[in-house]
Amino acid sequence: MTPPDPLLPANEAIDRLETEIRAAQRRGEFVDPLIVGIHTGGVWVADALHRALGCSEPLGRLNITFYRDDFHTLGLHPQVSPSDLSVDVDGRDIILVDDVLFTGRTVRAAMNELFDYGRPRRIRLAVLYQRDGGELPICADWAGQRVTLGPDEQIHVDGPAPMTAHRVSSKES
Amino acid sequence: MKDAPENLGLDYDPVRHPEGCRPGIDCDHWVIRGARLRDPSVGLDTTRDLFLANGRIVGIGEAPDDWPIDAAEHICTEGHWLIPGVIDGWARLREPGLEHKATIATESAAAVAGGITTLVIPPDTAPVLDTVAVARYIKRRAQLAGRTRVVAIGAMTQRLAGELLAEMAALDAGGCVAISNAHYPFHDLRLMRRALEYAATFDLQVLLQPIDPSLASRGCAHDGAVATRLGLPGLPVSAETAPLAQLIAMINETGARVHVPMLSSAAALKLIERAKADGLPITAGVSAHQLWLTEMDTDALDPNAHVIPPLRSMRDRDALRRGLAEGLIDTVVSDHQPHEPDAKLAPFPETEPGISGLETLLPLIMKLVEEKVMTFERALDALITRPAALFGLEDTGSITVGQRADLALIDPDSMWSLDTTGMASAGTNTPFAGWDFTHRVEATWVNGRRVFRRED
Amino acid sequence: MAVHFVRPKIPKFAPDPWAIQFDKNGHLRHLLTIEGLGPQWVTRILDTAEGFVSVTDREIKKVPLLRGRTVVNLFFESSTRTRTTFELAAKRLSADVLNLNLATSATKKGESLLDTLRNIEAMQADMFVVRHEQSGAAHFIARHVAPHVSVVNAGDGWHSHPTQALLDAFTIRRHKGDFSPLRVAIVGDIRHSRVARSQMHVLNSLNVGELRVIAPRTLIPTDVEKLGVRVFHDMREGLRDVDVIIMLRLQRERMESGLLPSEEEFYRLYGLTEEKLAWAKHDAIVMHPGPANRGVEIESSVADGPQSVILEQVSNGIGVRMAVMSLCMSANRGDQA
Repeated sequence: MTPPDPLLPANEAIDRLETEIRAAQRRGEFVDPLIVGIHTGGVWVADALHRALGCSEPLGRLNITFYRDDFHTLGLHPQVSPSDLSVDVDGRDIILVDDVLFTGRTVRAAMNELFDYGRPRRIRLAVLYQRDGGELPICADWAGQRVTLGPDEQIHVDGPAPMTAHRVSSKES
Repeated sequence: MKDAPENLGLDYDPVRHPEGCRPGIDCDHWVIRGARLRDPSVGLDTTRDLFLANGRIVGIGEAPDDWPIDAAEHICTEGHWLIPGVIDGWARLREPGLEHKATIATESAAAVAGGITTLVIPPDTAPVLDTVAVARYIKRRAQLAGRTRVVAIGAMTQRLAGELLAEMAALDAGGCVAISNAHYPFHDLRLMRRALEYAATFDLQVLLQPIDPSLASRGCAHDGAVATRLGLPGLPVSAETAPLAQLIAMINETGARVHVPMLSSAAALKLIERAKADGLPITAGVSAHQLWLTEMDTDALDPNAHVIPPLRSMRDRDALRRGLAEGLIDTVVSDHQPHEPDAKLAPFPETEPGISGLETLLPLIMKLVEEKVMTFERALDALITRPAALFGLEDTGSITVGQRADLALIDPDSMWSLDTTGMASAGTNTPFAGWDFTHRVEATWVNGRRVFRRED
Repeated sequence: MAVHFVRPKIPKFAPDPWAIQFDKNGHLRHLLTIEGLGPQWVTRILDTAEGFVSVTDREIKKVPLLRGRTVVNLFFESSTRTRTTFELAAKRLSADVLNLNLATSATKKGESLLDTLRNIEAMQADMFVVRHEQSGAAHFIARHVAPHVSVVNAGDGWHSHPTQALLDAFTIRRHKGDFSPLRVAIVGDIRHSRVARSQMHVLNSLNVGELRVIAPRTLIPTDVEKLGVRVFHDMREGLRDVDVIIMLRLQRERMESGLLPSEEEFYRLYGLTEEKLAWAKHDAIVMHPGPANRGVEIESSVADGPQSVILEQVSNGIGVRMAVMSLCMSANRGDQA
């Protein structure tokens, strides 16, 4: 069994992500993007990218509670803050941002919700960490780090300022 | 003295004889050994053998001269009490008319399991007990059932409609022990006054339950804090006191002997107290559940706590307890109303009111004695002596040589809790399920025959 | 400004009969009454509703939360308005909705309520939204439904109408924030109002500063003070310094049954006119569970005026009902059977 990769610190991962996105921007892969963070960790990352890319429009926030596919088993999560997408998404390029891409279900739910707001031209996915264990054909366009973790391990991202990330074993907790 | 309304021993169907004995051959002679005989009405409290023959008590302590050697014996456990059988002055057996709820056979079995040896049934049967034929039918059915004695109260108006007088004198001659309009209203006060006047002509005992139909209207719970909270239509105290005050005014004019079977409020008790002090021929009763439950028991919307008159405030309950203890309230009844399960399977206001109370009447009153709310003497007075006097049942209600052998054997030290699956009544609608009791009935004799024996 | 009124202590009755509202993990399963929810659950429902109200501002006013679930509107008493808001709430949660108007059908023909219930259960319903003319009906149904079914009370007799009271509290909170400094007056037919009873419970559980009821004695139920309200019979006195005025609907039967002499006299004494509204605080909001009888309990210019939040109540009602439905249906059914 390959030993698990070391995890980059959150600030370094953000820097790398930012660099990748700037490169994509220069290549013209998207135009005038609308940045949308997935509640809650994704919003922190999106906030950092929003500042770095100097977008004019306000940051969008998605709370995908109402779109989860595990409602049947987990029930309704306590509501923190509702989705906030004050800009029209029709025909726009959207950068969807989350902290960790794992199974892909959260991103699927977020895309479903985005389409309830309108019809975006393109959706790109940016995540701080993409880890193994995907269950859906969803892959990040840009990731701060792509890591392989042990079967019982998870990445916990805390924030918003400063953002930190560490791996935890669900066996120990 | 009125003729004994019936004699169970003579026209008895041998096939249905309790415990399979042949009457007049096998078990007309009983000796009950070792019980503590307690009958405060005659100052009896002694542990001696009791001899029964041909339906009567024939010897206390010593056998009469010609006592047969093969008489049946009941050996009592030391410390068990033998008391006169309870007379329940207001119990519905549902037959004839509502046999899907219960029958005379099922309910007389429940009665003797609760130590009740005489059941007095109100006339609101179907057909209404307004003719001697119905009275005879009920008597016959009770004899076939072969458990407790059942006596009837005749209707005061035809079909209880409150419009035309029933043949009260005929009903009286036919064996009815009193007359009543059950809980049905009179068409107007003039008719009520005439009915009372007519009853007074023959010195008939009248039973009237004051409840004003317009004030009661949709009411299903005491008009107080609990009904307000639950949004239940309230039944105010004035639905009882207003018609009671009218009744008292008419007793004053007509001189009719009137008994109010079930008081529910302190205010009504006050009216009774004043009327008694004025020397009016009025007496009153209370149902056993009113002495234990209050509007608070309606709080969980338990349909078994749905009764009319409704469970009222704690203050009312305490006043009723005091009134009974002091003898201001003369009698206590079960207000037995067995129901099939469907009758209680509905939202609270839509359920049928009533409690299946035969098997808890004596236990609930002995519980009051246990808690020193009233004396044992007063308890038996209210359960036995005064009802016997009220209904003119002079042949029963005491342990005296020559009296009918209607007896209940109770175990004062027993500890038991009410389990509805073990109830003999066809109706298990009781809010007392799971309550702890003492003084369990162990055996019952009616007219000299052992008609109940607890199997453990 | 400090409020010096001390609310009367609400007496505790028999052991909590409303525990049936929760599953064995303490999660809300049925909503039958506000009683027994406590401030935590009331607040949680209101917070959840915030999220759903924002959904209704979107282009597609629908979320897939209850996809594949079936909600049955069991209306034993007809009420198009309430039924519609529940229906809309369920549809916005992507649930399948079945409307059964039983006011005129089977149960009136002798079929028992339980028979009706069993039949609909057999259709694999997940939630019953129940409206019934008898107090305690929703409670009765909750006591007898299969373990996978949730029951939401949409009004039973004079007893309870919890979603209406919750949407009222939600609307008040959006306008006034904290409840503790507020004075709220409920005006009109308190005696026959399930809405008023539920409002009393919800506002007291949110620790409202002072709760008043204003009506003639015939419309005030016995011992209502024990529900934590102050009783007023005079509008001028009752509306003084009030932040929220809730008007109740007056039904015409009240005149026929001798509780009131006439609509005109009621309007003169208790109808909310602009003149009487001026007796309350200048920024008081006016509420009504609807539909309002203009010229009977409220003047048109008040109902449509700047202080009225009546239409807002209606739209908030959908979000609050979405919150209640999704919370109740997320009770963990796995270990209930």
